[in-house]
Amino acid sequence: MNWASWSDFFAMGGYALYVWGSYAVTAGLISVEIIMLMQRKRKALERLAGPGGRDGL
Amino acid sequence: MKISSDHDDRQVGTALVIGNVNWFKYASPQAFYPLAGAMMPWFAWAAAACCLAGLTVGFFVAPTDHQQGESYRIIFLHVPAAWMSMFIYLVMAFWAGTGLVFNTRLSHMMASALAPTGALFTFIALWTGSLWGKPTWGTWWVWDARLTSELILLFLYFGFMALQAAIDEPRRADRAGAVLALVGVVNIPIIYFSVKWWNTLHQGASVSLTGAPTMAATMFTGMILMAFAAWFYSIAAALHRARSIILERERSADWVAHYARTGRP
Repeated sequence: MNWASWSDFFAMGGYALYVWGSYAVTAGLISVEIIMLMQRKRKALERLAGPGGRDGL
Repeated sequence: MKISSDHDDRQVGTALVIGNVNWFKYASPQAFYPLAGAMMPWFAWAAAACCLAGLTVGFFVAPTDHQQGESYRIIFLHVPAAWMSMFIYLVMAFWAGTGLVFNTRLSHMMASALAPTGALFTFIALWTGSLWGKPTWGTWWVWDARLTSELILLFLYFGFMALQAAIDEPRRADRAGAVLALVGVVNIPIIYFSVKWWNTLHQGASVSLTGAPTMAATMFTGMILMAFAAWFYSIAAALHRARSIILERERSADWVAHYARTGRP
């Protein structure tokens, strides 16, 4: 085990800003992409079901 | 079998038959849509499982680096993201080229579906690289060949998406985007070999196909698991986006209307 405690883990040997800055932004961006993917699918289906249906813009 | 909507059903187009399956069948959006929908969750779950395993190994099994301390743990994001950024571009250019040659709509849709995820991984590679560069090199950014060519890759992805978005007629947008994607392929070997061809601040490859990796086995395991996670995630995201693109572009097709009404293809 690398870490004596949770605070030791979060401190990342003094590199917390760099390590957690990398992981937090990556997790955030991937979450945003997943949300955008689901929104795009929902909008495509809504447009098909909406007024004008398949011919609507 | 038809290979594009321009062909009449009675016309016999090209058939690629391997193991009794005509693979060109899946070049039709109607056949691809349910197939992609069935495959997508498997890749998504595989990505989540690999990510969990990779992070566990990366943070709790892999030892502290004797030179870089804990800052090296950025590698578990940085290297897989950088690999994916280049690999997705190659796959995107492959589909763009296939679309140009065979005039298959689905190939162009796949290229369009890959671009945002490729741009995402390129940005992650640059971002994590910057956060790794500061403690190890003492600078967030340097205009060396590796970093500059990776930044150009990000602009190629943006250019591809902007060009497609700027042209209203989908088939013209497809072709214009495909030409841009193919021209940009030249940047990929430049990124990959930049650390050999030029004297860069960026280090050379720690992992190669020919030699043993120059890193601890557990570090390598964590990195490969994260690379698989990135790979499976990209496939899942591209399949999901391709399905949305099919619904958007093929909305005048009977089967799409049927799907929208019943939820079944």
